[in-house]
Amino acid sequence: MPRECQRSEYHVFQPLTSSPQGYGRQDLSSENQNYKGHGLSKGKEREQRASIRFKTTLMNTLMDVLRHRPGWVEVKDWLRENFDHTYMDEHVRISHFRNHYELTRKNYMVKNLKRFRKQLEREAGKLEAAKCDFFPKTFEMPCEYHLFVEEFRKNPGITWIMKPVARSQGKGIFLFRRLKDIMDWRKDTRSSDNQKDDIPVENYVAQRYIENPYLIGGRKFDLRVYVLVMSYIPLRAWLYRDGFARFSNTRFTLNSIDDQYVHLTNVAVQKTSPDYHPKKGCKWMLQRFRQYLASKHRPEAVETLFRDIDNIFVKSLQSVQKVIISDKHCFELYGYDILIDQDLKPWLLEVNASPSLTASSQEDYELKTCLLEDTLHVVDMEARLTGREKRVGGFDLMWNDGPVSREEGAPDLSGMGNFVTNTHLGCVNDRKKQLRQLFCSLQLQKKASS
Amino acid sequence: MLQEESDLSLIIAQIVQKLKGSNLYSQLERQAWGSWEKRILKSLNSMCTELSIPLARKRPVGEQKELLNKWNEMGTDEPDLSLFRPVYAPKDFLEVLINLRNPNYENSDSLSFRTHLGLIQVPLKVKDIPELKECFVELGLNIGQLGIDDSTQVPPELFENEHVRIGQKVLAEQDSAAAQQYIRQGSPTALRAELWALILNISSQPEDVLYYEQLKTNVIQHDLLVDSLIYKDVKLTASNDDYYFVFEDYLYQVLLCFSRDTSVLSHFAFNSASPPKSYIRGKLGLEEYAVFYPPNGVIPFHGFSMYVAPLCFLYHEPSKLYQIFREMYVRFFFRLHSISSHPSGIVSLCLLFETLLQTYLPQLFYHLREIGAQPLRISFKWMVRAFSGYLATDQLLLLWDRILGYNSLEILAVLAAAVFAFRAVNLMEVTSLAAAEAVLADLSTLKVMPLLQIFLFATVT
Repeated sequence: MPRECQRSEYHVFQPLTSSPQGYGRQDLSSENQNYKGHGLSKGKEREQRASIRFKTTLMNTLMDVLRHRPGWVEVKDWLRENFDHTYMDEHVRISHFRNHYELTRKNYMVKNLKRFRKQLEREAGKLEAAKCDFFPKTFEMPCEYHLFVEEFRKNPGITWIMKPVARSQGKGIFLFRRLKDIMDWRKDTRSSDNQKDDIPVENYVAQRYIENPYLIGGRKFDLRVYVLVMSYIPLRAWLYRDGFARFSNTRFTLNSIDDQYVHLTNVAVQKTSPDYHPKKGCKWMLQRFRQYLASKHRPEAVETLFRDIDNIFVKSLQSVQKVIISDKHCFELYGYDILIDQDLKPWLLEVNASPSLTASSQEDYELKTCLLEDTLHVVDMEARLTGREKRVGGFDLMWNDGPVSREEGAPDLSGMGNFVTNTHLGCVNDRKKQLRQLFCSLQLQKKASS
Repeated sequence: MLQEESDLSLIIAQIVQKLKGSNLYSQLERQAWGSWEKRILKSLNSMCTELSIPLARKRPVGEQKELLNKWNEMGTDEPDLSLFRPVYAPKDFLEVLINLRNPNYENSDSLSFRTHLGLIQVPLKVKDIPELKECFVELGLNIGQLGIDDSTQVPPELFENEHVRIGQKVLAEQDSAAAQQYIRQGSPTALRAELWALILNISSQPEDVLYYEQLKTNVIQHDLLVDSLIYKDVKLTASNDDYYFVFEDYLYQVLLCFSRDTSVLSHFAFNSASPPKSYIRGKLGLEEYAVFYPPNGVIPFHGFSMYVAPLCFLYHEPSKLYQIFREMYVRFFFRLHSISSHPSGIVSLCLLFETLLQTYLPQLFYHLREIGAQPLRISFKWMVRAFSGYLATDQLLLLWDRILGYNSLEILAVLAAAVFAFRAVNLMEVTSLAAAEAVLADLSTLKVMPLLQIFLFATVT
């Protein structure tokens, strides 16, 4: 069980909100209790000797990246904890959107997605709306209990998974097949003493469990993918080429739904599994995963899968576009968890606003430090970019108030041409070379124009 | 199939040497291999005695049922393997090779060989670069390659698209010879599994599946000591690998069956080695009571499972995976850990590597020798494993494409030399064996085909 202070390593970027506003904030602030003043934001001066101040309490990857960034200076006691009500100068950036929970808490996300789907159906028809069907049927508990029971009865024998909305690292999750199981659970939680860990029954969702996951070597896995959102209005989102597949240590079978280690691929859970051997890692880089698929399936099938994954990102972000409080100071790096089933259909498991940045191996360390470096390149405190770039290091611009094409020039959206989106998930990431070329040409442009 | 009485004797009999053909080096091989095999078997024997475990025993019914249930997830088993040791590791084998001498050979005869400063002291004929260039002509600079001409900067119209199209045609026509020629330029990822099967003449017939099932039954019914060695090897190597750990279960399913497959014995006809034998208790020395142990005649060494691991990337059906591995073993891999004078045998590969280095990178070679870092000591383990576990998987598969295409393992020695050439600058600065090992510890970022091409075709000779 990780110690308190270790937990803060996982949650690097924290929304610095302490005053609860509205339903659900309660939980956020109780999480925050344990990490005070963690956060990352910078100031910038536009004078000759530009130096950028930062503060973070994360060790490991992020600290390494920030300390190595030329011209960036760490400050110790500069930031306040509460950013909700302070005025931020134009040049300050913060790594969270105020109400990211609209996307990252399962019950909110479901609500937003359902609403967006209805809207899409009205505006663009059933086919377009069906593109939102990447989220397994989910019901909030207990307010949607009756709806859940209806769905439950329509599909006898299938497995459901109960997840707490605001927990992470796989805590509090269990599987069930009978209504009796959850009735027992409700009784248990009601009658138990008020422990620190106790979560009110209101904060759970019941979700349809995907029973036919794609297996590799007999093992279940999920994908962790990184999406950087620079703004919601207009929607500008970047997709990182690298990521990884996280494997369950034990072999998949539906017989052992009590064995949470089998079903939960989350590394934090796997780490406590009796089978876990730290040396193993249990992750594959996405390039390896994509190559594996390429050797097993036709190229078209693999292309379709990755296009469908792109669709998950875009639709999920669009569904919260209007509810997220738009703030030009904010950006956010999300960790998307995707599950593939045996029909090569991708499903969205959840979106994380604070993806783990601690490294579990050397390879992982490199991935995360490069990810963070490139994130900071895109955020561009140094004001080097023109704003028209489609690629920065390992990030490809996926959505810029509209789809972004791989081809040069204006995208042909007539539907006739071959529109290929500018995403390269799991593809070669020659970021060093690209960054060198990019910054060289930017320097030349600057010289030319000055 | 394993013929046995209720249990087998713990004493391994004297190895019977059979000589096939009138090879010039037969004397050398017989002596060397004989004493090596004796050592291996002694090691196996003493492990048996120490641990009081029989070489083979029939499983009780309960245990059989349990194993059958767990067949697809044997990796979850955590038997206590701490007392088992791998029978030998590549470096032990290297010591044997270093000490090979041909008693018939007189040093004064060959001028060129007198100046050979490497570890291998056997004067086998190996190719030089001009000969290698002729042999590996399809790797030339002006010929398209996968691994070079399919990189992101190269527009696919220039080579890749057409190459894929040809590959599909070859597969459609099921032309094995054409496939072998085609694959010299590399195989597209999507076609590789089928191409390799075509070249190796593997087609999954019902009788093949049945054969595999019979082997599986054999595994269920009998427990062999070598099984524990296999478990240990998988746990130590493949399970610890960043990528192959996923396929742990498949490795058991293949290797356990492999050790019981007596059809593998046929490869010994092309090998001066003989499979080790054991005698049924009380019948020591009586040929009619001799059985091969393990049944396939192959005692696994440390790292053996890495021959199988890359194949798991391509084949997912156990019996197909098994057949492919078996064929790869009897055609190629066995040469990497047995003594012979064959040009693809490990002795020739070592000599080829050392000769290439000494001839074309003499400064580097002398420098490494001076600091006590004989290059072969570092590259040996790469070649014995056919680079499995050292290169990134996609690169490894491109390399194995060429092994199949040229039906030769010489490319392993060429690649080893090319790696040294690539890191020559750093190697010239080291002052100890440990430092040299460190420079060459991580090959996972190397791109195999450019290295080979540059070494063969773009280095001044």
